[in-house]
Amino acid sequence: MDILNLLMGGFAITFEPLNLGLVIFGCTVGLFIGAMPGLGSVNGVAILLPMTFLVPPTSAVIFLAAIYYGAMYGGAISSIMLGIPGASTAVATTFDGRPMALKGQADKALIAAAVASFVGGSISVVLFTGFAPLLAEVALKFGPPEQFALMLMAFATFIGLGGDDIPKTFFSIMIGLALSAVGLDIISGEPRLIFFDLPGFFHGINFLVLAIGIYGIGEMLWTVEVSKGNVEMSKATVTIARTLAALKDIAKTWKTMLMGSVLGYFVGILPAAGATPGALMAYGIAKSTAKDPDSFGKGNVAGVVAPESANNAASTGSMLPMLTLGIPGSPTTAILLGGMVIWGLEPGPLLFVQHEEFVWGLIASLYAANFFALIINIAFIPAFIMVLKMPFTILAPIIFCLCVVGGYVPTQDMHDVWLMLIFGIVGYLMRKLDYPLAPAVLAIVLGPIAEPTMRQSLIGSHGDITIFFTRPISGAIMVVAILLLLMPLIKIYKNRNKANGGPEKTV
Amino acid sequence: MKKLGVSLLSLGVAAGVGLGSFVTTGSAQAAWEPKKPIEFVIMAGKGGGADKLARFIQSLIEKNKLSPKPFIPVNKGGGSGAEALTYLKSKSGDPHVVMATLNSLYTTPLRQPGLGVDIATFTPITRMAEDTFQLWVNSETSIKTVDDYVAAVKKAGPAAWKMGGTGKGAEDSLVTAMLEKKFGIKMTYIPYKGGGTVAKELVGNQINSTVNNPSEQVGFWDAGRSRPLASFTPKGKITGKFGAIPTFAELGYGDDMVYYMQRSVIAPSDIDDEVRDFYVGVFEKVYKSDEWQNYMKSKGLIPGWLTGKALTDYFVEEQAKHKELLMATGDIK
Repeated sequence: MDILNLLMGGFAITFEPLNLGLVIFGCTVGLFIGAMPGLGSVNGVAILLPMTFLVPPTSAVIFLAAIYYGAMYGGAISSIMLGIPGASTAVATTFDGRPMALKGQADKALIAAAVASFVGGSISVVLFTGFAPLLAEVALKFGPPEQFALMLMAFATFIGLGGDDIPKTFFSIMIGLALSAVGLDIISGEPRLIFFDLPGFFHGINFLVLAIGIYGIGEMLWTVEVSKGNVEMSKATVTIARTLAALKDIAKTWKTMLMGSVLGYFVGILPAAGATPGALMAYGIAKSTAKDPDSFGKGNVAGVVAPESANNAASTGSMLPMLTLGIPGSPTTAILLGGMVIWGLEPGPLLFVQHEEFVWGLIASLYAANFFALIINIAFIPAFIMVLKMPFTILAPIIFCLCVVGGYVPTQDMHDVWLMLIFGIVGYLMRKLDYPLAPAVLAIVLGPIAEPTMRQSLIGSHGDITIFFTRPISGAIMVVAILLLLMPLIKIYKNRNKANGGPEKTV
Repeated sequence: MKKLGVSLLSLGVAAGVGLGSFVTTGSAQAAWEPKKPIEFVIMAGKGGGADKLARFIQSLIEKNKLSPKPFIPVNKGGGSGAEALTYLKSKSGDPHVVMATLNSLYTTPLRQPGLGVDIATFTPITRMAEDTFQLWVNSETSIKTVDDYVAAVKKAGPAAWKMGGTGKGAEDSLVTAMLEKKFGIKMTYIPYKGGGTVAKELVGNQINSTVNNPSEQVGFWDAGRSRPLASFTPKGKITGKFGAIPTFAELGYGDDMVYYMQRSVIAPSDIDDEVRDFYVGVFEKVYKSDEWQNYMKSKGLIPGWLTGKALTDYFVEEQAKHKELLMATGDIK
């Protein structure tokens, strides 16, 4: 009851005309920022932070949260339409969203992304309302061994991601891991793998550079070669009948949506993880538990639903460590945290007590932002489809320009643009040789979390690897991870048995 | 909250009016003014203590309209600041770049001589403050004093006692080395990516102690989750609530248990004096603002306005001190 009262109070704040206006404005701005490749919620929030000095802190955070939410919806748009991840969180959305667009189902993919985002956002905000302080304590229990176990579980789902060619998947993971090791090693305090002494490698390889290279440039080269310019994307149209049919198909994926939402939320809560690993893990699990895993990567709507529900849920989840522990769960919340300092609010366990109005105003605004982002997103879908009707000969150069901009923006270093172009060509060649690319992208995201947490654990235990199994949470996750790793082997064994056993039975 | 908003707004308007007069008098004296937005390089990644502080400063410049062109924060945290230092070196003579620094300004050129960076060539602008360090434990433990702490570390042994901190060779590890030397103790040092994570790991009982900055622990301290034992500062330097924490000197452990994190702004080498004066003027206004003064007080920072030759001397002296510290820990030879 208490919580409901507080929430109602929060809604009263959200529906003040100024705040409601900021929610709608923020969602719209966020949607377009998210849709621009390379510009994600981080940039949107950072750029617009100074604007918030004109309004009270509660309105300011409501505005920024609306941008954050809008950008989460928007990230899917360029992933689907152009094949360039609009934001790091939307990389997994390209895996199936792009093939759907190429099949002339861009409208369906966009609707699926919007609906899944809404469901993910709604479920997570309800979880947030009910269990915020409790879950903050759970997050504290996650030390390095637990985080490493979780990352291992994510890696285990990769094996399912790469199709049947396990050696090639493995190779792809290793490339991603090696690239993720570039930059400063905090454990030894030394720089590593600074190729040719180029200072651009000091900041490591930004994962968006790899993702935009592979999925933007590489895909474009691939599309040009395969289609010779005849792309069927323009077949997509928006009619009520098509929309209803799409919604029907999307409704069938409710289980995936639910899984993505809950998983995304919990991964989002963990400090340092954030929405990108959450979305990738959700995709991996959706694929490995599906009845038809082979259809993933070729335009399965569940492959859009899983990451989109997870990244929105995770973005809400990552607000939790920010508010209660003062630890950003994602780069965007790091900027929000800076904003709170400027507004004179001290994040920490006492924030919920001392600044009730602020916290509950924010929570209530998440409900509102989620709703408006859905409406605004759906309203713009016909406009986005119009873009796809452009001839590919015009669209391709635009995609190329957006890729270059997207590669430059995160670090503002030309070094990264060259690197992105190289990755684009390498990605294209790897694709021609039938190497799965998703595992490499996953590895470069998870590597920088997995490696230090493993080494921190082992420094703490003085090299004793049982530390991963003797702690209850870590142990449980490790067991699941190992089972997942063994699953492909079990499958192979079963198939072989079937093949051998079949004829025997008939005898 | 609403009142605050209104007052912020009026402050902004007032500052805007002030800016008008500032600009006219400025141009009358033909002082240098930026022609385009100024790159405000941050020598650390997004979300850390240095980043938060730099963005706070940037927001004060923006809010009070202290510069005719905006300051655009750019994070270059790679290689413990190596990326930022090489970048600043390459920008020699460029009047539209300034950089917010931390102690890696001294340590990174020492640890990576291959960079060829000599910090004495950079143009010092100003020191805004010195951040402080405290020794922290989880409040669930019975450790209340430094004596309790030393006894507990000795009892647990070097393998079992975990000290969390930032990367090896960074500030936290140097402070830890000071502690170990002073009390003849050994701890297992676990490096984390940022001070915020270190603070959280202490409250989650993943580690036994930390040497966090005040801003990293203040939320947990207020909530009664962590406990400061002593400050690595001389007596009476910190004001505000962090001043109530005893210093190692006050507790009778000598005057040498002192370590600061400098929060300074520098510019590339070979810029004109007028350019330097412009930046000094901007940061002086930030420094004198109520917001900055209150921030220093609530976050346990020591006010430390320093500029010109005095700041250069300070950098040289501090770098020499860090050379000794790094040699003592074996991080450099």
